[in-house]
Amino acid sequence: MSILRRSLLAAPLALPAFAIGRRAAAADPFKVGFVYVSPIGDAGWTFQHEMGRRAVDAALGAAVKTSYVENVPEGADSERVIRRLAQDGNQLIFTTSFGYMNPTEKVAKAFPKLKFEHATGYKRGPNLATYSGRYYEPRYLTGIIAGRLSKSGIIGYVAAFPIPEVIQGINAVLLGARSVNPKATIKVIFTSSWFDPGKERAAADTLVAQGADYLTQHTDSTAVVQAAEEKGVWCSGYDSDMLKYGPKTHTTAVEMHWDNYYVDRVKQAIAGTWASGDVWGGMASGMVKLSRFNPSLPAPLLAEVAAKTEEIRSGKLVVFSGPLKDQAGVVKVPAGKAMMDAEILSMNWFVEGVQGKV
Amino acid sequence: MRLRLEARPAPSRAMLWLSPLLAALLAAVGGGVVFALLGHDPLVALGTLFLAPLSTLDGLTELGLKATPLLLCAIGIAVGVRANVWNIGAEGQLTMGAIAGGGIALAFGGEGRWWVLPLMLLAGAAGGAAWAAMPALLKTRFNAHEILTTLMLSYVAIQLLGWLVHGPWIDPEGFNFPQTRMFDDDALLPVLVEGSRLNAGFLLALLAVPLAWLLLSRTVTGFRLRTVGQAPEAARYAGFSATGAVWFSLVLSGALAGLAGVLEAAGPVGQLQPVMSPGYGFAAIIVAFMGRLHPFGILGASFLMALLYLGGEQLQVSLQLPIAVIGTIQGMLLFFLLGADVFIDQRLVVVRDARHA
Repeated sequence: MSILRRSLLAAPLALPAFAIGRRAAAADPFKVGFVYVSPIGDAGWTFQHEMGRRAVDAALGAAVKTSYVENVPEGADSERVIRRLAQDGNQLIFTTSFGYMNPTEKVAKAFPKLKFEHATGYKRGPNLATYSGRYYEPRYLTGIIAGRLSKSGIIGYVAAFPIPEVIQGINAVLLGARSVNPKATIKVIFTSSWFDPGKERAAADTLVAQGADYLTQHTDSTAVVQAAEEKGVWCSGYDSDMLKYGPKTHTTAVEMHWDNYYVDRVKQAIAGTWASGDVWGGMASGMVKLSRFNPSLPAPLLAEVAAKTEEIRSGKLVVFSGPLKDQAGVVKVPAGKAMMDAEILSMNWFVEGVQGKV
Repeated sequence: MRLRLEARPAPSRAMLWLSPLLAALLAAVGGGVVFALLGHDPLVALGTLFLAPLSTLDGLTELGLKATPLLLCAIGIAVGVRANVWNIGAEGQLTMGAIAGGGIALAFGGEGRWWVLPLMLLAGAAGGAAWAAMPALLKTRFNAHEILTTLMLSYVAIQLLGWLVHGPWIDPEGFNFPQTRMFDDDALLPVLVEGSRLNAGFLLALLAVPLAWLLLSRTVTGFRLRTVGQAPEAARYAGFSATGAVWFSLVLSGALAGLAGVLEAAGPVGQLQPVMSPGYGFAAIIVAFMGRLHPFGILGASFLMALLYLGGEQLQVSLQLPIAVIGTIQGMLLFFLLGADVFIDQRLVVVRDARHA
């Protein structure tokens, strides 16, 4: 539907609308707002979105004026912040956390002329698009690294909430690890918070005490990487390159790149070709990738990861393809079948080998 | 020559009330210095912080909405502190209120059932009261201190809410994301100003102010509470029950916090989520003391606190200042308030050393 509308509308409207957009831009910059769930800091989920915002500034210069509100709690407060950005003349607003979904939908309905984009959610409208990355693809690759490097075969995983996006990552790491070490297991600790360095640190320490010698996290701080560095166990980061927090032990990180997407969407909004829709970008799109590798990683492992990266990018390797069994050993996806996107998006079960409860 | 703090014979009542204003003024001056150091015109920035949110109808309605849970929780906390009962766990009682009221909404919400909303409010207050009754029992029967028990039960409540929205109450159509379905219209509070989010819950919070004042200063119950709090020996001599004061103040403050919780659920949120409050129950402790534990003072303090939240957002939107700036100003406000309070009960005297005189 949205693709159809985009291609039908885009062609005739693009040129004149762009001309109008340019003229308007000369007088008045196009305002774009961002809502962040945690402080920007210098690594993590919000930091990557901030990199995207700065890319918009760099690419479009004086034609745009971007602003952001950071550390906005999910819940009642976020609606006011989104509304404030809308009233302040922002014509395109990115809300970058799942918990902003219903507030974003409400404000989008109240301001039908403005455009909204919500990260990681599933509610859309004529002026409300959604976007997210297939984080599970690079996660699988970190699983291969973990499977090769871990001696105990136990991977410690610090996670925020048992929502599908997080569960996908945990399952993908396990599948990657088991592809090279069939005995690999994952121990999970949930912290019930996206950003709580103290809790993340405590969870990491507990996992190491339970025998984990490879750590990773689905939370927004660098605490787990710092813990791994101190304990001398391998780890992979999330959201951003976290090598500087773990120069000896940080293998690589699942890194998100919103810059191209944001620049494209802002350009489309200025040109009048923006249309609602859903983008779920994988490694092929460049929205998700692995960050630079630790220089101490052995060459054969790097070659193996590079080969698998190519297989994922080309579509030869599909992460969630059968046979997949759940924790009770029940076959959830038979051999020769791959999970549909809708099934992946609502994933609420762990694959066999994950220790922990959803 | 040395400086020494000396107790004042009679603390000034006027200064007791002026010190929050003085603290706000000093924080504004300090904030202005910070803004200037960051390269912004201090007057523009202060105007954005303190005046911009008040300059539109929308800003005013949001101010009332934000102040509502702070006001309700802080009044409950203040009633307790007057009786020397320290309820630190309003956050948990608020959460239990949201759970109890939200449960009613999920179970009975439908089209045109007028009784759902009143029942939700009652359930919310009862949920908060029940959660605060546990520390009351633990205190009166086992002498467990309420500061610990109320605080720890907060975390239990938050975990309980997390379990409910991840498990039995999860929205079946929500892709397994941890939240309940949206409440039906008859389970939502009526909006006071068309197009805004300010709802009838604000009126309930306002109503609590004179009622709490009447209770504390015009009733025998209030007199007993204050006596137990200020002069336990005298209270015992007069036959006032300390146990009764603990129960009364904890259950009342729990009910008010629970009401705040269900008002959030049935108001701006419209569903249950893993976190229902960004720390209102804890911020309300500051509000209660900034308001001098007096209902009308708390009314002003809750609006000031709400204004700082809103102004902080406005600073980020309009001037692209980082959120840390607003944290700095909040910190200064509390620092100056506590600093000013030192000089209400005490004064600085210069002691001349005899040998050097």
